[in-house]
Amino acid sequence: MAVSSEPRDHIPGTMTAASYAVIGALIVGALWSVITAAKATDWQMAAHAWVFAFAFVAGIFLIGQRHFNAMESGSPEEGHRYNDGVVKAGVIATLFWGIAGFLVGVVIAFQLAFPVLNFDISFINFGRLRPLHTSAVIFAFGGNALIATSFYAVQRTCRTRLAGDIAPWFVFWGYQLFIVIAATGYLMGVTQSREYAEPEWYADIWLTIVWVVYLLVFLVTMARRKEPHIYVANWFYLAFIVTIAMLHLGNNLAIPESIFSSKSYAMFAGVQDALIQWWYGHNAVGFFLTAGFLGMMYYFVPKRAERPVYSYRLSIIHFWSLIFIYIWAGPHHLHFTALPDWAQTLGMTFSIMLWMPSWGGMINGLMTLSGAWDKLRTDPVIRMLVVSVAFYGMSTFEGPVMSIKAVNSLSHYTDWTIGHVHSGALGWVGFVSFGAVYCLVPWLWKRERLYSLALVSWHFWIATIGIVLYITAMWVSGILQGLMWRAYDAQGFLEYSFVETVEAMHPFYIIRALGGVLFLTGALIMVYNCWMTIRGRERAGEAAQHPAIASGLNAAPAAQPAE
Amino acid sequence: MSEKHKDEITGVETTGHSWDGIRELNNPLPKWWLYTFYASIIWSIAYWVVMPAWPVIWNGQWTYTEGVIGYTNRNSVADELAAVAEGRSEVMREIAQTPLTELAQDPKLSEVALAAGKASFGDNCAPCHGSGAAGGEGFPNLNDDNWLWGGTLDDIHTTLLHGIRWEADEETRLNVMMAFGDLGMLDRKQVSDVAEYVLEISGQEHNAGAAGRGAEIFAQNCVSCHGEDGTGNQMLGAPNLTDAIWLYGGDKATIEQTVSKGRSGVMPAWGGRLDEGTIKSLTLYVHSLGGGE
Repeated sequence: MAVSSEPRDHIPGTMTAASYAVIGALIVGALWSVITAAKATDWQMAAHAWVFAFAFVAGIFLIGQRHFNAMESGSPEEGHRYNDGVVKAGVIATLFWGIAGFLVGVVIAFQLAFPVLNFDISFINFGRLRPLHTSAVIFAFGGNALIATSFYAVQRTCRTRLAGDIAPWFVFWGYQLFIVIAATGYLMGVTQSREYAEPEWYADIWLTIVWVVYLLVFLVTMARRKEPHIYVANWFYLAFIVTIAMLHLGNNLAIPESIFSSKSYAMFAGVQDALIQWWYGHNAVGFFLTAGFLGMMYYFVPKRAERPVYSYRLSIIHFWSLIFIYIWAGPHHLHFTALPDWAQTLGMTFSIMLWMPSWGGMINGLMTLSGAWDKLRTDPVIRMLVVSVAFYGMSTFEGPVMSIKAVNSLSHYTDWTIGHVHSGALGWVGFVSFGAVYCLVPWLWKRERLYSLALVSWHFWIATIGIVLYITAMWVSGILQGLMWRAYDAQGFLEYSFVETVEAMHPFYIIRALGGVLFLTGALIMVYNCWMTIRGRERAGEAAQHPAIASGLNAAPAAQPAE
Repeated sequence: MSEKHKDEITGVETTGHSWDGIRELNNPLPKWWLYTFYASIIWSIAYWVVMPAWPVIWNGQWTYTEGVIGYTNRNSVADELAAVAEGRSEVMREIAQTPLTELAQDPKLSEVALAAGKASFGDNCAPCHGSGAAGGEGFPNLNDDNWLWGGTLDDIHTTLLHGIRWEADEETRLNVMMAFGDLGMLDRKQVSDVAEYVLEISGQEHNAGAAGRGAEIFAQNCVSCHGEDGTGNQMLGAPNLTDAIWLYGGDKATIEQTVSKGRSGVMPAWGGRLDEGTIKSLTLYVHSLGGGE
């Protein structure tokens, strides 16, 4: 169903009826924000209302400025088949929030090893910085990477321009506003206390609006595609967008104290509340950190390797089995709790059945390299992408193992869980995003190649050592912790008091923090490399050394592929 | 776009589609992958038969399939706890019934009691007294031979059973270090003078003139509890002020604060919360830490 692109009887970037409607909505939003700021029942709400008001006014100015720029320069975007401006912004936001998120991670890792680093300041204590870290890396870094790569890939694989004029930019800036509201909220102590869903009700409503626009942009772009079939990357991206919308709405059902208060109360209570939370929490992993990034993998791995995807059939079967099975696995977060036995059983068995559907993505990713394995040696970007898929395979095996109740009784509540999450987060999500960024920067800014492939190698090795330090420290610490908790002496009494188990963690917490420092260092190298690439620099003397460059692997693909 | 196409390197046909130059090979599902997937499904179905698994409506009511072995988390924990209690109950009853002095001399019973005491100390006492029982500001060190309320087995037992200034227990150990400054009984200068005197009797640097005036004040206000020479009185829980061991601190500022604002640290009564066998075990354990009298 190829739909012709929208009629263009106006200069792109200038005002349309839709632009006026958006400006009207922004004015109403700004007024409502000012009223809220005046009537807020707590200072946090007042502060956030001012942030919203400022952002809405800034949005009006941005739309106006865009209009006048377009009038002056004729049509700035004409001749560009694809909307890449918003993708560029997304890549820069990915880099920015990545550094911010990793840095806060390093800070809280040191806080755990040395509690004195809380400095008795409420704004930067561990309890507030921890959600700042998790949200910054998952939603700010990962979310921006997903939005940017999905906007890039959907245009190429559908051979059509991104739908909407202001809409993609609204998604981008609206999402940044959500991040700012969430992050500043944590620092001020605003939280729903729901893991990975801490932002309060008004931030949730704002994200809902942004997300629905994101869904519409994606759907309409796919509907206008000029390809007969939908590429597998787009199935995964769409599954990610749709399911995250459903999870977000389900888990954030809450009633605010008043519309002028930052505090709300969840509509569920007790074990039902816990189950809803972990239905959300686990599927945030499943559909944000797995399905979304598999979409990324399915575009960038074959593109970079210049090889066909290994198996079309496997991609269909593992997609549908993954989507169907993942959604049931959440109760494994609540083993041995008040959750009924039958729900624990289902959570565990569906996690076991999830093993092969998850590995389908790994097989398709790794086997796509067949016929191009030599590129692992010559192209550090491919090396990063392949290692990310390997980490994906490792953590999606570890997950089902940890969901087995006998294993879980040892691993639950220990650092093993933290290690497991980070082998997925640093290894899979981090590396596949880095790989995509290294591909995208030269492509988007039309550079011959990256500033330096040697620096990509440095990034790869430093970050890999960091990950290995991190996850091995947490494995040892977690298993030690679990064993100490259940150790009995000859008389049948507990061998260790809780505080002794905390003391035993100390050296591993230091190793973990050092691993984090290495990971952050690698990311800083990446930012420098990307920055120099965008400036159009090329590191002297590298072209001759790297066959990957000679073969033109880094070159920007044609802006308009042949029909 | 959909004409057949063969990948040159692998010799495998593609599906004929191409997106932005990306093609897909028509490889079949890997056999090992498919069979492992089937195996995990079959294993899960078997697990559902054995364990509680699916919610169902039965006779018009929501219930669930209970599984053929009748396992429940709750029962399995209850059984394990009961088994431990069962194995331990005889010896713990013996510990509870044996007088403390006999208990300390019985090698078999005291071995169990010390182990039980150590475990219980970690769970209940370590949060204040520290895992090594070294205490901290406001929380006495239990390793030394300096005791506020006495360090015999019976003294420690009483303290554990009834606590200190624990209002819910009528027999709790009770005394008052009054807030001499806040109650207006001593003015700021007098507080400072008496603090200088306490510095003198504890062998620290002090102002001789102020300490001389402080001695008068001490005689009028403090000796009833702390004694003529300031060495304290364990019957009243009054600390010895002449040694180098301080519960809150022995510097001038802290002593002034103590005199001016008073002190009333609390230890909970553990009688009723822990059984007698455990309390006796704790008594023996704390007594064994170094300073038992």
